[in-house]
Amino acid sequence: MSNVFTRMGDWITERSPGLMPMYRKHLSEYYAPKTFNLWYYFGSLAMLVLVNQIVTGIFLTMNYNPSAAGAFDSVEYIMRDVEWGWLIRYMHSTGASLFFVVVFLHMFRGIMYGSFKKPRELVWLLGMMIYLALMAEAFMGYVLPWGNMSFWGAKVIISLFGTIPVVGGHLVEWIMGDYLPADATLNRFFALHVIALPMVLLLLVVLHLAALHEVGSNNPDGVEIKKGPKGNRWSPLAPADGIPFHPYYTVKDLFGVGVFLMVAAFIIFFAPTLGGWFLEHDNFIRANNLVTPSLIKPSWYFTPFYAIVRMFPAMFGTAVWGVVAMFGSIAVLFALPWFDVGKVKSIRYRGTGYKVALGMWVFAFFGLGAIGTDMTAELIPELFGNVDVTFWENLFGRTMVLIYFGFFVFLWFYTHFGWEKTKPVPERVTTHD
Amino acid sequence: MANEVVDHSRRRFLTAATAVVGGVGIVSAAVPFIKSWEPSARAKAAGAPVTADISKIELGQKVDYAWRGLPVFVVNRTKEQLALLPSLDPRLTDPNSSVDQQPSYIKGVDRSIKPEWLVVVGICTHLGCVPEFVPVIRPESFDPEWKGGFFCPCHKSRYDLSGRVFKGVPAPKNLQVPAYHFVDDTHIQIGVDPQEAG
Amino acid sequence: MTKWQLSMKRLIPSFALALGLMVSCLPAMAEEGGALPTAGTNVQDQASLQRGAKLYFNYCVGCHSLKYERYSRMAEDLGLSEQEVMQNLNFTGGKFGDTIISHMPGDAAAKWFGKAPPDLSLEVRARTADWVYAYLNSFYLDPERPVGWNNTVFPNASMPFPLWELQGMQTAVMKPGTTEVEKLELSKPGKLTPAQYQRASLDLTNFLEYVSEPAALQRHHYGIWVLLFLALYTLLAFLLKKEYWKDVH
Repeated sequence: MSNVFTRMGDWITERSPGLMPMYRKHLSEYYAPKTFNLWYYFGSLAMLVLVNQIVTGIFLTMNYNPSAAGAFDSVEYIMRDVEWGWLIRYMHSTGASLFFVVVFLHMFRGIMYGSFKKPRELVWLLGMMIYLALMAEAFMGYVLPWGNMSFWGAKVIISLFGTIPVVGGHLVEWIMGDYLPADATLNRFFALHVIALPMVLLLLVVLHLAALHEVGSNNPDGVEIKKGPKGNRWSPLAPADGIPFHPYYTVKDLFGVGVFLMVAAFIIFFAPTLGGWFLEHDNFIRANNLVTPSLIKPSWYFTPFYAIVRMFPAMFGTAVWGVVAMFGSIAVLFALPWFDVGKVKSIRYRGTGYKVALGMWVFAFFGLGAIGTDMTAELIPELFGNVDVTFWENLFGRTMVLIYFGFFVFLWFYTHFGWEKTKPVPERVTTHD
Repeated sequence: MANEVVDHSRRRFLTAATAVVGGVGIVSAAVPFIKSWEPSARAKAAGAPVTADISKIELGQKVDYAWRGLPVFVVNRTKEQLALLPSLDPRLTDPNSSVDQQPSYIKGVDRSIKPEWLVVVGICTHLGCVPEFVPVIRPESFDPEWKGGFFCPCHKSRYDLSGRVFKGVPAPKNLQVPAYHFVDDTHIQIGVDPQEAG
Repeated sequence: MTKWQLSMKRLIPSFALALGLMVSCLPAMAEEGGALPTAGTNVQDQASLQRGAKLYFNYCVGCHSLKYERYSRMAEDLGLSEQEVMQNLNFTGGKFGDTIISHMPGDAAAKWFGKAPPDLSLEVRARTADWVYAYLNSFYLDPERPVGWNNTVFPNASMPFPLWELQGMQTAVMKPGTTEVEKLELSKPGKLTPAQYQRASLDLTNFLEYVSEPAALQRHHYGIWVLLFLALYTLLAFLLKKEYWKDVH
């Protein structure tokens, strides 16, 4: 048997000499720090979800009808008449939300351990571009079922572009190809969702990984293993604290995949709408351009950014400020490597100021999410009784916006002027045995 | 610890076990995707059994019914036509319907439940054209000894009035007989066996 | 072991924070339905679904279609034979494989009620089972409404209340000096006792919940096996990981 495999391997290598070196470079001889913890599962999980979205997405297109007249019915057709269609659809809808869960955790890992810092700025930038493409992909996908939330979500989000002075009004019509979200909008969003953006995403993922494997992975200590001593049991030239990605991290990720799939399967089989969080009640009503849902809120993963829009009043005759702030909230993330210029990467060895600021920033992110999902409108009267909800919501929300952006400004002063009191960073990764 | 001797057999066993279970998982996960290509409930509803009123079909006449998008020929055969059928046996490829082109309860030269009523799918077994109904017994350009039957204009395949294919034509098999049963004397239901109907 | 403990010690606070924040969202999520009582539907209860279907076809289908549900699917899922469905429930003249379409002409209905009766295929998914259950229990006589009925859950609903012969007639008791309904009182009893009517309306809600997602039956059926299988896989993967990582530690 092994002889057959060896000969097959040789046969392929002779004809494609680049294949084995590629396998070695990215898997069997890619030396990753041996101290990855739980946070390091989410990169490979994001990849798994991407594959899930592509495969289930392809099968959904086989029965989906991208027209204003037929889209809603075709989704119910998939849910009821197509054999196992319900499973494929729930895998896709649950996958969409879980994609954001793992990507948020993956990004937070990068922030916490300083994985965006030199020499990994490009990895971070490419990752941010993936995130941006993912948001566009998710938004357009959300429109496709043509439920009432799809319709009004599309209308509101596209209207954001209408706040841009001078060109805004025309830009909105151009994006929709009509005067309201209609057939033309649905068709172009379908094309972008199933062809254009997935290709962009795949390309960016390849670049993200290529850039990462060039500089090597960071670790929870933020120590550069390539600068440490050489030589491990696999190679005399490899970093002493590195282990081959395959088989060690592949088997570890296989385990992570199992745990993740159990969570995903639980949602898919027992709570596919997750109480209205993954699939909203109002989206089981067909799109109706005359009846607005009582509460228009975007999918949960957009709510922190969406809330920022609401926190800015119209000034000087334009409502563009909130929109600028919303896009700004993502732009500052792109620029993170140039805000946080401290030399110490990992939160383990950083100053107390950093830890407090990061904690507040995470709180602000969730706080804005709570506003975006309208939770605050329910909680405020519950907690404080009969008060002016809008006033308190705005006060809370604007504080959160201030903290969100303040985090970046603080980081720059804190690190640029050397106010941070860091702890000594060890020479080698810490394994504790 | 790193100097410990690796237990290769345990490692190999766990690798194989995980690979097998993982492989079973991937194959099982593929099943719903493969099954999603089966005719949907809508397609099945559209292809549901068709009940045909045959009381208006006169002797010697043919009427077409659509079932699952296929033309189904129902022919009311005359005694004379039926009497001629056995004489054609030597000229036919499969005179006794031994090739699986009909339900098990369709037998004999008349290939029917009630001899006078022929029910066949009107699709030539060669390349899927719809054969013409040529019932008159007279010399035809395609067959000087024509005793009535079906003639496919596409590649000149010929069938007798039981849908049995002639030798020496491109079509390999007899016309297909669909599952059907008599609901009563004047109605047949196409798509359901007599047994299923109870 | 020490390493595991240490890394857990570091990770637990951050995960706890993240989880805590997520979990804190859940109560608010549960409260989304407002102050509605929990209906307590269970689509696994086939007898309840059958009773609900009977009610639906006796009292509702005259106006409300279930345009995504097929008679054949309903028969299969509710454990009914083709004959039972076609003779006892199908009053619309559709074929067995057809979807359930009401006879009511949409235009005329819009004229009679001011609004065409909506299709109810997805009503429970759009509004929740609790809402539908509460709605069915909240009709009261209101001479000011064109059809003579009003509803506390859906004020000024344009629907008459066909189940009145079962529940009886409720009248509203207003809060003193306001037009706000304080409670509903049964002023004229119907064929059923209040407890019987509550069960009947629950059966009907249950049936509508099933119709809104027939796949729920399959989900529950397969879900357990998928999870058990994944648990086995995860266990093996964990052992495999531990075995390989002996090299590293």
